[in-house]
Amino acid sequence: MITLAHFVGLSFVVFTIGVVGVLVRRNLLTVLMSIELILNAVNINLVAFSRQLGDLTGQVFSVFVIIVAAGEAAIGLAIVLSLYRLKSSVNLEDAAEMRG
Amino acid sequence: MSAETLLPWIPVFPLLGFLVNGLLYLVAHSKLGGKDAPLGAHGHGGGHGDSHAAHAADPDDHGHGGHGDIPFKAVHTWIGPVASGLSFVFALLAILSWWKETGGHREVVATLWSWIPMGTNAGWFGAPDFTVDVAFRLDPLSALMLGFVTFIGTLIHVYSVGYMGHDEGYGRFFSYLNLFMFSMLTLVLGANLAILFVGWEGVGLCSYLLIGYYYTKDFAADAGKKAFIMNRVGDWGFLMGLFACVAMFGTVDFGKMFSAAAATPATYAAGGLVTFACLALFVGATGKSAQIPLYVWLPDAMAGPTPVSALIHAATMVTAGVYMVVRCNVLFRISHEWALKTLGEGASVWGLLTHDASFVVAVVGGVTAFVAATIGLAQTDIKKVLAYSTVSQLGYMFLGCGVLAFGAGMFHVFTHAFFKACLFLGSGSVIHALSGEQEMTAMGGLRSKIPHTYRTMLIATLAISGVPLLSGFFSKDLILGETFLQGHPWLWALAALTAGLTAFYMFRLIKMTFFGEYRGPKETWEHVHESPATMTVVLWILAVGAVVVGYVGIPNFIVPGGNRFEAFLHPAFPALPPDWTPHPHQASHALEYGLMLGSVAIAGLGILLATTFFYKGSAPWALPAKVVAAFPNAYRWVRNKYFVDEAYEAVFVNGLVKKGGRLLWEIDARVVDGVVNGTRHLTVGLSHVSNWFDRTFVDGAVNGVGDSFQAAWKGYGKLQSGQTQNYAFGMAAGVFALVCIYIIFA
Amino acid sequence: MEPGLFFFWLFSAVVVVGAVGVVVMRQPIHSALFLLLSFLGVACLYVQARAELVAAVQVLVYAGGVMVLFLYTIMLVNVKRQRTERYLHRQAVPALGFGFLFLLVVGGVVVNEARALAGKAPAADPAALATTVIGSETVLGNTQAVGWVLYRDYLLPFEIASLFLLVAMIGAVVLGKRTMERFD
Repeated sequence: MITLAHFVGLSFVVFTIGVVGVLVRRNLLTVLMSIELILNAVNINLVAFSRQLGDLTGQVFSVFVIIVAAGEAAIGLAIVLSLYRLKSSVNLEDAAEMRG
Repeated sequence: MSAETLLPWIPVFPLLGFLVNGLLYLVAHSKLGGKDAPLGAHGHGGGHGDSHAAHAADPDDHGHGGHGDIPFKAVHTWIGPVASGLSFVFALLAILSWWKETGGHREVVATLWSWIPMGTNAGWFGAPDFTVDVAFRLDPLSALMLGFVTFIGTLIHVYSVGYMGHDEGYGRFFSYLNLFMFSMLTLVLGANLAILFVGWEGVGLCSYLLIGYYYTKDFAADAGKKAFIMNRVGDWGFLMGLFACVAMFGTVDFGKMFSAAAATPATYAAGGLVTFACLALFVGATGKSAQIPLYVWLPDAMAGPTPVSALIHAATMVTAGVYMVVRCNVLFRISHEWALKTLGEGASVWGLLTHDASFVVAVVGGVTAFVAATIGLAQTDIKKVLAYSTVSQLGYMFLGCGVLAFGAGMFHVFTHAFFKACLFLGSGSVIHALSGEQEMTAMGGLRSKIPHTYRTMLIATLAISGVPLLSGFFSKDLILGETFLQGHPWLWALAALTAGLTAFYMFRLIKMTFFGEYRGPKETWEHVHESPATMTVVLWILAVGAVVVGYVGIPNFIVPGGNRFEAFLHPAFPALPPDWTPHPHQASHALEYGLMLGSVAIAGLGILLATTFFYKGSAPWALPAKVVAAFPNAYRWVRNKYFVDEAYEAVFVNGLVKKGGRLLWEIDARVVDGVVNGTRHLTVGLSHVSNWFDRTFVDGAVNGVGDSFQAAWKGYGKLQSGQTQNYAFGMAAGVFALVCIYIIFA
Repeated sequence: MEPGLFFFWLFSAVVVVGAVGVVVMRQPIHSALFLLLSFLGVACLYVQARAELVAAVQVLVYAGGVMVLFLYTIMLVNVKRQRTERYLHRQAVPALGFGFLFLLVVGGVVVNEARALAGKAPAADPAALATTVIGSETVLGNTQAVGWVLYRDYLLPFEIASLFLLVAMIGAVVLGKRTMERFD
């Protein structure tokens, strides 16, 4: 029997991996990908609860999350391009203009 | 009219006289600018006021004159003596009224107003209830003083009319003389030590004013200052004694003080407090009455006009010290008894001197009498001889008081007033006759030319020498007898020797002045004339007094109850408790007669020697000259008054004032400036400390705040790494924390 | 083990492997491929959870759109092969620690709660996820059901979402331009 706990546990594992990825990687692209992982984890959670409660709201919400993730990915990647043009690097450590 | 209402008027009349005379004088001289002082350089008018050019020493410049009138002369002439006369009249009335009221046994006190009404507020300085009233007291002692002070004072006022008649400062003289009468009467009538002290100071002031009357002469002005300053030193002693009395009794009123002291002598004698008070008061008396060590002002005071010398320095002011001591007889008697109780019978002289105030008085009096007499032997200025004679006789009076024969002391005051005033006024008459000559070496043979002066002076000289049946004999013999009988043979011997010396130098004076050949300039001899009646009448009155007044004090062993003087004064000597009263000495009549004969013999010896020494011919007399030649050093010492004045000048004037001035300068430069500079250094040092403190702590605190913030911000600055992921980590950690909190608390 | 559970673990493993691969891979291109794998695994899970539409959208949008974007960008950025250079941030270790902590603490709590919640069997009849009542009719099929709910109950958020996409598109175009005119 697949219980809610299974899904929630998986969701948290993926979420944690995503958070760690955001904090750990130097490459901006990898960071963005980790953010997508986080969003995915949230989606898993939503769907799990929707399944548990028999309510379609969770799935609808999930769809919205996907939409937002797409939009955010687009913008984020455009920023990466700009940054690359400026710094010739997608290394986040090089983008420490706000230092001090 | 009761004595109480009459009493306050007695000093008032001379006070009014002073004010009127003084005001008139100021008014008259305001435009002239005080040009009344006589000058020695000119003034040959009227036979007066010739300064004797041959003698640079102190001529009695008693006014010159004839230049212009003395303004308001008639007013001054009348107001001066009349004011004094009125006080005499009122004094008599008051005494009679008092005698009628109380029979002479009780005092009458007239309280005018409360001067220092401290009441119980004064508790803090030991007196539970301290009040000083302006009050006058009439009791046998003050009645006696009152009587002869006003009498002789009035006589001298009358004498001055003639003597000062040509002096431009006539009005000033009488105003001062009236002021003196007022002060002296306040002193005599004062019912407490404070009012007595007011009078005491007043007569000191008048002494200064009158001695320095011829203020344009340096020696006169200096003599006035000297008198005042020495008096002041004495006044310090008086004040110490006054304060001691306040501390002991809580009051200065005579009645209260002495009744308290007589009731419980032991409480006041304890610890020598009474002795201290008596000694302090006696210091005042030595100043006022010219005893050792404060006597040197009296000879110099002869620079004043002769009536002043007669009144102030013979009859009245100088006796104020004796009066004060007699007034405080209770305290001296207690001191004596306490000394005997404390030291026992076989006490040493030093022990007695430190414990027995009356013994100190006796010793000082006796020694002064002797020393002054020796100085008088070698003086040639007629007034100086009389001055030293005064000091010597005052010594006698204190000797009498010191052996607790207060009645005898007062008796001598009384008789001395008459014959000494007569002698001084007589000498004034002589000087007046000789147009200002005072040196006896320029006199001689005046007997025929000024007979009244001669006769009165001879009578007074016989009196002072203690020739029997004259007043001086009774009083002096009483003192001598009491001295011996109280157990002081050495003091008796000293006093007897002094009596001989007195007789000697007084007759020397008479001989040099009136006998032999005249030794002065011829022109003066031509002008020698007898004094006017205003002066000779006074002389005769005083001479008669010098003879007669002794009879009130005939010794009791000759005529029982004959000493009415002592009986009269008896209420002034309150009884002490039995164990404080010495048992009266029992002397055999033989001893008494023997002593009397002894003093007569010594006096006779002195007279004999004087007549022998100064019998033949004019100067130089052979015998005195041989004696002087035989003992040149002794003569030099005696002639120069033992150099006491020089010693005082060296020690006090130069040492303290001039060199002491240097000392004060040193103190100012070293100590005072040192303190000031030290304060400066201290302040600068403190400012350095303050600066350090400010820099370290205050600025440190302020800067520290800033620095800590800077450090904090630096640290914070490190947080702003600019690394996005650092920020992300921070956010993640924050969210985690929030979630944890939510988990824990929800 | 029942088949459902087996497939769940299978798909979960795929997802987790993919996720780990994203984080761990040195080259971004490799991370992207692993991410793709992860997405596909998630889609299978959705299907298993009777959320067919979400699965389809996931594949279409995520795998088909977002991943393509990523791949294009990786190509454009032209990241060189970095063999020796460090690719982990300096804060890697503390971040790993934190992640571990997070997983344990929060994950543990949440899973516990979920267990408590899910003590009962899945509340809903699986058919509930596929049907909805419109008027008096019953609509069959998850897609239709979600569609109806989307357009009926959540119309406003849907429109806002489309607006959002428009804005995102414009923003991406602007940000992607090579040069910007200066409006001085």
